[in-house]
Amino acid sequence: MSALLAFENVAASYNGAIAALHGVSLEVRAGDFAALLGANGAGKTTLLKAVSNLLPAAGGRITSGRILFDGRDVTSHSPAEHIRRGLVPVLEGRRCFKSLTIEENLVAGAVGRGFGRGQVTRGLEVVYALFPRLKERRRVAAGLTSGGEQQMAAIGRGLMAAPRLFVLDEPSMGLAPLVVAEIFEALSRLNREMGMTLLVAEQNSSIALKHAHHATVIENGRSTLSGAAADLAARDDIRDRYLGGKVAALA
Amino acid sequence: MMDSPELLFAVEVAVGGLLSGVMYALVAIGFVLIYKTSGVLNFAQGAMVLFAALTFVSLVERQVPFWAAIAVTLVIMAGLGFAIERTVLRPLSNRSPMTLFMATLGLSYVIEGAAQLIWGTQVHRLDLGVSNAPFEVGGIFISTFDLVAAAIAAAMVSVLTLFFRYTRTGLSFRAVADDTFAAIAVGLRLGRIQGTVWTAAGVVALVAGLLWGARLGVQFSLSLVVLKALPVLVLGGFDSIVGAIVAGLVIGATEKLAEVYLGPFVGGGIESWFAYAVALVVLLVRPSGLFGKKLVERY
Repeated sequence: MSALLAFENVAASYNGAIAALHGVSLEVRAGDFAALLGANGAGKTTLLKAVSNLLPAAGGRITSGRILFDGRDVTSHSPAEHIRRGLVPVLEGRRCFKSLTIEENLVAGAVGRGFGRGQVTRGLEVVYALFPRLKERRRVAAGLTSGGEQQMAAIGRGLMAAPRLFVLDEPSMGLAPLVVAEIFEALSRLNREMGMTLLVAEQNSSIALKHAHHATVIENGRSTLSGAAADLAARDDIRDRYLGGKVAALA
Repeated sequence: MMDSPELLFAVEVAVGGLLSGVMYALVAIGFVLIYKTSGVLNFAQGAMVLFAALTFVSLVERQVPFWAAIAVTLVIMAGLGFAIERTVLRPLSNRSPMTLFMATLGLSYVIEGAAQLIWGTQVHRLDLGVSNAPFEVGGIFISTFDLVAAAIAAAMVSVLTLFFRYTRTGLSFRAVADDTFAAIAVGLRLGRIQGTVWTAAGVVALVAGLLWGARLGVQFSLSLVVLKALPVLVLGGFDSIVGAIVAGLVIGATEKLAEVYLGPFVGGGIESWFAYAVALVVLLVRPSGLFGKKLVERY
């Protein structure tokens, strides 16, 4: 089985000067739940922006190597086209539309894919079943909801576009452990029950390794290690060296 | 009490001011639409108002029937707005706000020049067929024209509000205004949304051009109504349609009341500068305006 998403020795920089990635290679197969691990500033966010071809809008570009989604170079499609091909990102820091209600946020996700009324209704059912809390809060402006609810709304907004490959940037950021667990539980369900392929970037390696099948570690813009999540989680040296073992052990 | 002549007079002045305030709001809304989606203060809005009025008047003078002239001008203005977005703003996307502002400043000269090249420089009289005769309501006199103008403006604002609240394009517009990068990531097509907004701004310019043109006559100085919109924008906030309306009303009423009640103490002529004094105070006290973007966020 060939990879749904493949990075081939990708390097990227911002404003033509600041190099953020030096050489990242990894593969995500259809049906996989893959994790991208690394400390703050390791290059995870840059990598995920590059996947959806969002780097140009952030003042960056891929300088060498390439990223293939479905066998096609990702730079040959606009972010909007990627959504229509089923490659859907959830940005770092949630980035909900704060002045819009939770439900309007969700509908925006479906509008972005060009879905009609029927698909919007079905999408809302799926999202509300996954995150019942969003249903209660659906008429509230997103900016007035809690961080966890905003993260759920951001994930829900992505789900409304019916992703084939769902790419999430640090869904645990700034959230209480219980909420993080709930969110990763939901992601696992999407993977298990709907066969959705996931790529999740995380600093919180213990929760990511608990749910993911495979993981790749990036360090200073390079992929340094890759393997089955269970194997990586079992190796104490890796946890200590790359993944903030002390913190992980406490969690 | 209510029948005292002083009070009646004050109410009459205030109502007159509110109605002319609607006209200010009309111009300000054109700015707000574009500012919200692209962060550009479109200085060419005034030139678009002039262009709309001049085109309409010239068509009518060439014996084109009234409604046909409105329809043709509507199409031209929508097309003009759309074309500006495509040919001027889009190639400059991702540039600094100052670059974009300068582009619209240049654009305003191009549009004004083109308008006069095509239609000439003489002053035209624009007659919308609405009488300017005042009529009496409960002892105060209201200009029919002002009332009709306010009704038209209110209708336009209602249509815009419904459009932004209940359509997909409206939802996309609000999403882009809220967080442009997230909107791109979600797959909303920025170019298409901005094209729509500029088209809408062209239509707003037409409505403003007809009403202002009917009041002041259609001439080059019509493009200077933007200068009246600026204090309204400062007071209401550059990114709030509601703010533009409320601020338009406030400025309209206060400048008329100030003229009548404060004017005599300083030798009159307050009306022409009072709005700017208000704007100056607002800038000192509340720089984002009454309704300007405050982050919707809890801490």
